Amino acid sequence: MAQSSKVLDVAGVSKRFGDVEVLSDVSFKVDKGETICVLGPSGSGKSTLLRCINWLERPDAGQIYLNGERVGINGAGIVMSDRDLSKIRTHIGMVFQHFALWPHLTVLQNLMEAPVQVQKRPKAEVHDEALALLAKVGLIEKRDAFPAKLSGGQKQRVGIARALAMRPDLLLFDEPTSALDPELVGEVLVVMRDLAREGMTMVIVTHEMGFARDAATRVLFLDRGRVVETGSPDRFFSDPETERARQFLQRYAGDTANGRR
Amino acid sequence: MIHDFGIVWSERALLLSGLANTTILSALSAVAALLLGCILTPALMSKQRLVSWVARVFVDGMRCVPFLLFAYIVYYGFPSFGVRLDNWTSGLAALTIYNAAYMAEILRGAWAAQPREPIEAGVAFGFPELRLFRRIILPPLLLSAGPVLGNQMIQIIKDSAFLTIIALPELTHAASSIQSRHYVPFAAFITAVFLYWGLCLVIEAGVNSIGRVAEARR
Repeated sequence: MAQSSKVLDVAGVSKRFGDVEVLSDVSFKVDKGETICVLGPSGSGKSTLLRCINWLERPDAGQIYLNGERVGINGAGIVMSDRDLSKIRTHIGMVFQHFALWPHLTVLQNLMEAPVQVQKRPKAEVHDEALALLAKVGLIEKRDAFPAKLSGGQKQRVGIARALAMRPDLLLFDEPTSALDPELVGEVLVVMRDLAREGMTMVIVTHEMGFARDAATRVLFLDRGRVVETGSPDRFFSDPETERARQFLQRYAGDTANGRR
Repeated sequence: MIHDFGIVWSERALLLSGLANTTILSALSAVAALLLGCILTPALMSKQRLVSWVARVFVDGMRCVPFLLFAYIVYYGFPSFGVRLDNWTSGLAALTIYNAAYMAEILRGAWAAQPREPIEAGVAFGFPELRLFRRIILPPLLLSAGPVLGNQMIQIIKDSAFLTIIALPELTHAASSIQSRHYVPFAAFITAVFLYWGLCLVIEAGVNSIGRVAEARR
């Protein structure tokens, strides 16, 4: 199999909730260093797709490979043990729409918790790396604050730093700016742009068309659970192939003109 | 009346040893009940039907039995199954098992009110089930349920008074010994009441300090 050259290979993934087919036969591959933006109207299955990648949702059909290794199903073809799945998940960082920081831990402890408790890395090393990450997202002075005392933008920057502290091979973003006040969106996108430039491999579900246009290496347009269009952002935004994508972009054109980035 | 309290004062050694026993008994069973409750809570929340059903039956069962009856069953009933415990052990066991059900139910309620995403983040970051519960789920539960758990500890102190019926020499037992020895019911019992009240004030101070820790995180 040629999966080994890809960080992520999603092959024919389908998922239904009851009678509703949320994803149907979704396939795409992600190379190292790519920034994939997953776009589409609400309810098109974007978040479910993201959650299937690390098996927060169990796909009904299809395969997911991370660095050539099958996610969720072991060599014998049955669902992995909790322990094996946990091990794979440590390679996939995730950033959540509502930040999902751990409220009982300080900012610094949020960053250190999983690397120390799950990856069992030495505390001193994790501590230094966590401080460096906080400096990178501009929150070193908040290291001892509790999440509740931060603004939404600050929370999300901590969320990103927390995911990076795991040294993931792949970073998933589930609408990272959707819960933010408009004036706080920019500070989060700045961090994400930096990561894209540095070659972090990312799959980002977003409604920030401006960001997708200038930071994505590729966009994936989803509609009703299917990949309708995929390609370079330049091509997608200036000359979409499908009528469905054209309509979608027209609806967003207003927002972009209004200064949403 | 002053004279009556003088008699109680002369028996202070007995009262203080009763108070000490009540304190030890309540403290031990509060800690044990909370620990048991922490184990029972994930069982209540389990996706495996049988596990959650068994836990549910136990918790609901306990909550519907009067504590006095349960204490009788443990002390007088268990020997018919060959389990013979002395009054200290059976008192402690009864108090612990009974209140564990309440602790579990309190924690379950707090769990159900927690936002889903931080727990999901724990799953996504690879926490295996047990560590997820211990490191990610449980600490916010204890903080948010702190006042209610403290309330239950006060309940434990008060329930411990029932154990006088199995001749456990706790505070109520001491007070009633003093009254039957000297016929000073009001003075003996009101003194005990104030001592119970003092114990509860200590618990409340503890709850307040948990509250401050929780407030910093809210």
